[in-house]
Amino acid sequence: MKCQKCTKAATLHITEVLGDDQYDELHLCEECAQKYLYEPQQKSGGGKSGEAVASDEGDETAVSQRECPVCGVKFVEFRNSGRLGCPNDYQEFREELLPLLESIHGDTRHAGKTPRRLPQTKQTQAELNQLRKQLHQAVTKEAYEEAARIRDRIRQLEEN
Amino acid sequence: MNLENLTRTSGEWLRGTGPESDIVISSRIRLARNLAAFPFSNRASAHQKAEIETLLRERIAKLELDAPLEYINVPGLSQLDRLFLVERHLISRELASGDGPRGVALLPLETVSLMVNEEDHLRLQVMRSGFALDEAWQDVDRVDDALEQKVNYAFSEEFGYLTACPTNVGTGMRASVMLHLPALVLAKQIDKVFRALQKLNLAVRGLYGEGSRASGDFYQISNQVTLGKSEPAILNDIRQVIPQIITYERQARSTLLKESKQSLQDRVARAFGTLRSATMMTSEETMDLLSSVRLGINLGLLEDISMPTVNELFIHTQPAHLQKLMGATLDGEERNAARARYLRSRLREPNPN
Repeated sequence: MKCQKCTKAATLHITEVLGDDQYDELHLCEECAQKYLYEPQQKSGGGKSGEAVASDEGDETAVSQRECPVCGVKFVEFRNSGRLGCPNDYQEFREELLPLLESIHGDTRHAGKTPRRLPQTKQTQAELNQLRKQLHQAVTKEAYEEAARIRDRIRQLEEN
Repeated sequence: MNLENLTRTSGEWLRGTGPESDIVISSRIRLARNLAAFPFSNRASAHQKAEIETLLRERIAKLELDAPLEYINVPGLSQLDRLFLVERHLISRELASGDGPRGVALLPLETVSLMVNEEDHLRLQVMRSGFALDEAWQDVDRVDDALEQKVNYAFSEEFGYLTACPTNVGTGMRASVMLHLPALVLAKQIDKVFRALQKLNLAVRGLYGEGSRASGDFYQISNQVTLGKSEPAILNDIRQVIPQIITYERQARSTLLKESKQSLQDRVARAFGTLRSATMMTSEETMDLLSSVRLGINLGLLEDISMPTVNELFIHTQPAHLQKLMGATLDGEERNAARARYLRSRLREPNPN
């Protein structure tokens, strides 16, 4: 197959999701594909807003369809609703959220109150995140005994 | 909690006391918090929401505050009672109209309200009459500290308190001051004030928050930024701008007195006259007329009615309050007639109180 923009062979096939079951298929060579992916950024003059636009129109499928392993929310769902799915999303979508936080708050780093029992919390949070994932898997596998055990451990951690 | 007891009072935010209370109605701070181990409310299953609610309700019950908190199960309330709590600023519209297990823990004095399973798992709110951001912060900080001993908050060192919406992340704090600015509205200077505030990253909203128009000339000024600044720094931004707005409002009032005292006096007298003789009264018109009456009292143009009475009428004439006072559910027309009847009875001359 030939590239739609030049005469070289098309090596990249991009599916643009236009919403409501509408798709736009593009077949491009590497060079044209790169150009295509970076075009939006140039249009808006680069910079921070440019990055946001690039992720809007550029690697649409890759970023939007990525989902958080803990809560299962996709980035595109966040973009549509404005609500994240779970605390882990801030790590999972960190790169995508940074420009957004910068434009909302003019800053990307917390400078306020810190919970006093932070050291313990951080460790516990990591474990709780892990347990949540396991619980989700256990329930999906219908391994209810295991799920109950994991849930008890979660409760125990919550109690402390 | 017996909601009927609340109907007889005007609540903390319209108590009408505290510093600068002729212009500053109330100060309010809310903190958004989430549990580390659960998805945010919008993503939580019914089962998880029930778990979150049970857990938080138990922990809240163990809090040792100055007075015992009372927990109200919101789905168990009638639509009327939910609206009643919204009108008193004790719960948000979102908590009132959401679905699934959710609730609110209240102090009987209505200064503290802890909402469970709102947009975030927990919304802690403290309200104070008058200009009292520092006191409100101390209170809410203390409740937050106490709860933090009992639950695992979702927190990251980089982003602070993690919230369902990135507009709240960081401190999770929204501090707001409610102002009564009738003279700036009359003098058509209010837009100028707002534009100045927006440049300072402060938001301006009406009496009942997002999207509500400024009925009764009440405006809420609040911070928009929650990340990258400490809580005291955010409070300071608001604290610095409020005295300026108070000064503008006072200047506008004295200009009105100097340049158009007669028409102002007429306006106040007509408002008062309408309030105590009309037979049909919408909520909107009531708010506008009460606003003129309130201004009249503050400027010494009207002495037949006390400030606490006016403050109370602002809230008692709201749809849910009115229906609870009347002890019946009323449709729009009936409500307008009942509202006028209630106003007439409260403002009847000679005023016995």
